[in-house]
Amino acid sequence: MGAGQTPQNPAERPAKSPAASAGRAAEVTVEGAAQATALGLYREMLRIRRFEEKAGQLYGMGLIGGYCHLCIGQEAVPVGLEAVARSDDRRITSYRSHGLMLACGMDPARIMAELLGRATGYSGGKGGSMHMASPAHGFFGGHAIVGAQVPIGTGLAFADRYRGEDRVSFVYFGDAAANQGQVAESYHLAALWKLPVIFVIENNQHGADLPPGGAAAAPDLHSRGAGYGIPGEAVDGMDVEAVIAAGARARAHCAAGRGPVILEMKTYRYRGHSMADPAKYRTREDMHRVRQEKDAIARIRAMLTSRHGVSEDALKTIDREIKAEVSAAAETACAAPEPARDALMQDVPTGAETI
Amino acid sequence: MSARTATDLEIRLPALSPTMESGRLAKWYVSEGDRVAAGDVLAEIETDKATMEFEAETPGTISRLLIPAGGEPIPVDTALALFTPDTQPATQPPRAPEAASAADAGKEAAPAGGSDAPAPAAPQTPAARKPDTSWPQPDWPAATPTRPQTVRDALRDALAEEMHRDAEVFLIGEEVGEHQGAYKVSRGLRDDFGAARVVDTPITEQGFTGLAIGAAFAGLKPVVEFMSFAYALPALGQIVQSAAKARAMTGGALTCPITFRGPNGAPPRVAAQHGTDLAAWAAQIPGLKVAMPYTAADAKGLLKAAIRDPDPVIFLEHELLYGESFDVPTGIDHILPFGRAAIRRPGSDVTLVAAGLAVRHALHAAEALAAIGISAEVIDLRSLRPIDYDTILASLRKTNRCVTVEEGWPVASLGDHLAARITQRTFDWLDAPVLSATGEDIPLPYAANLDSLARVSVEKIVALARQTCYK
Ligand SMILES: Cc1ncc(C[n+]2csc(CCOP(=O)(O)OP(=O)(O)O)c2C)c(N)n1
Repeated sequence: MGAGQTPQNPAERPAKSPAASAGRAAEVTVEGAAQATALGLYREMLRIRRFEEKAGQLYGMGLIGGYCHLCIGQEAVPVGLEAVARSDDRRITSYRSHGLMLACGMDPARIMAELLGRATGYSGGKGGSMHMASPAHGFFGGHAIVGAQVPIGTGLAFADRYRGEDRVSFVYFGDAAANQGQVAESYHLAALWKLPVIFVIENNQHGADLPPGGAAAAPDLHSRGAGYGIPGEAVDGMDVEAVIAAGARARAHCAAGRGPVILEMKTYRYRGHSMADPAKYRTREDMHRVRQEKDAIARIRAMLTSRHGVSEDALKTIDREIKAEVSAAAETACAAPEPARDALMQDVPTGAETI
Repeated sequence: MSARTATDLEIRLPALSPTMESGRLAKWYVSEGDRVAAGDVLAEIETDKATMEFEAETPGTISRLLIPAGGEPIPVDTALALFTPDTQPATQPPRAPEAASAADAGKEAAPAGGSDAPAPAAPQTPAARKPDTSWPQPDWPAATPTRPQTVRDALRDALAEEMHRDAEVFLIGEEVGEHQGAYKVSRGLRDDFGAARVVDTPITEQGFTGLAIGAAFAGLKPVVEFMSFAYALPALGQIVQSAAKARAMTGGALTCPITFRGPNGAPPRVAAQHGTDLAAWAAQIPGLKVAMPYTAADAKGLLKAAIRDPDPVIFLEHELLYGESFDVPTGIDHILPFGRAAIRRPGSDVTLVAAGLAVRHALHAAEALAAIGISAEVIDLRSLRPIDYDTILASLRKTNRCVTVEEGWPVASLGDHLAARITQRTFDWLDAPVLSATGEDIPLPYAANLDSLARVSVEKIVALARQTCYK
């Protein structure tokens, strides 16, 4: 990317989310993580939601172009797993990537700048919403081809095993992607070579326009590894504590050299598949019901007041801070310049040929 | 109706897809004075592709509706309503004046030049492109009546006619059935032919491509729709290794009557992984036929020819052409054989050779060249394998100069191939080297300014044509 010429943003957050910095991954317990970091988790999830809402607005205004996939509703999955991931672990995902990037500590202003196609974006404006990476954060991209990141993520784990390093790779993909042939091949390879990889299926129940279950012969995605001897678990992905607990178990399994794990996160996407999707395959009532009963942010907010005695005022202060942070990121991004003309021909290994 | 207050925001028509330029406000779900919560549906918008709802971003009150429901299509960013938000200023979306200037900046940054503008979003008012009657149109008998039709509907009719004619023709792909195609090409087909013949698949390109090839070996005539040819890449092994080579490697024992179709090339700002034009790749492979239509009539005639063909055909459509209207013959079984180019515009100074969307660029370039006294002849190849060399060479003997035009990359391109053939066969007639206008030799960048610089453009074609004319 244009990283070479991209100015480092002084506001860049540490490579790890505050939620996770509370403890070394191996020592994280459910109770400890939940209590020490509940406020941090709330902030992390809220930041993702506000960021995505802002991206939706900027798309509507024509400032973001092409494809843009929001993860509103799914925030607990990346935030919960980042709470158990070590900062030098590796992560890879699909085009629905903003939430994971924020959760692993990437700078909201630079992500937003990339969405806007500006020079300060993570890819220097050349990648857009679907194509960003930040190896410094262990983030190996946004990938637009459904399923393609699954063998690639398995390869990240292969590299660590090869070098004798004790990292774990978190490989995220959707429920529809789970049907791709390369996913089955990846399961086999990971099991065969006992690679330290956690396959995270974000089952938001809608593969693009497909209605739930519309295209899966066996809807229990977490048990699809059984034929390869890969343990799997279904997790309430709308409950960040459940995500943390399952993530901690899975990470410990991988770290002990026992090979891959499949985590099927049952989650929900409130918006359409992309900004262009009318989401006609479900009723608005269904969506509102899930939002009312299961929303991960509302749940942790309630827990903060009831279990941890945090005042409504304190939460409102956080809400204002996050909103201001996201607005500032968007303003910084909007003020950034477009890439220079010279950037057009850069980063093509053989040098772009011209007549 | 309440008056506008200082804190009112304008709710503007959002762009709901990468190519949306306008939409029709089909229905208001709110009235003036209504309180809305974030996420409440405000209105239903119709575009040429879909009907979509859009929602309130923040809680507040609708103070005034500016656009009535049910009218004509209106451009993106038009103010639809005035809205008084509940919350304090820091938590609001950008204020209206900012919104306006930001949106204007977005427009400036959009791909420049009419050539790359997205497809018109309103098929309700199709501006039919009249064929140039001063030039022979040999594709159908002279007395045949025609009517304007979009490329999308012509493709749909071709599918429907062939499925009626032959019960062994079926359509298979992602979202082709219940959702009528990601670009609505298969509108109504599942109702007419049932789910057994309009087959929805999971996202398994390699699997369903291989499966369709097997069905073709067994004698069926599958039409495989790729939501985008970008997603055909995982299945390219199946297409090249099994479909293309089967007849030759089995000495004719196996045949593979199959059509692979879908949008190819890049709509604006889809970035690297969705921005690949596979035309030159496909044309390189022996065993395949390759069609790349520009007009609706050609799309229909070539698709029907592809479905009836005993061998595999790659059929390259373009998202930016689906909504364009052209005259299509009616009342006849319109088949266009492969390997017949069309002259879209006669000229005498330079020949522009193109296919698919690039024909549109070439026609615009020919207009611009006419304004500076250069008469360009525009050849629409229509099929890339086989290629109609006779039409190209005949034109070259007249103009003595040639520029090829394509969306794809410059190295080992269609242009390079055509330049070689033209040079080999008409060297003595050439007054200048054959030049190629192509996309730049890079993965497609996302930023608005780089996206337009990376594409083949009218300006590039004009510059190269002038170079061949030494003007
Ligand atoms: C190989 C391939 N086929 C099709 C597509 C088009 N497409 C993009 S996302 C998507 C649905 C994926 O759904 P899922 O895997 O459940 O993930 P989600 O989008 O719900 O996060 C489809 C069909 C693509 N990008 N790549």
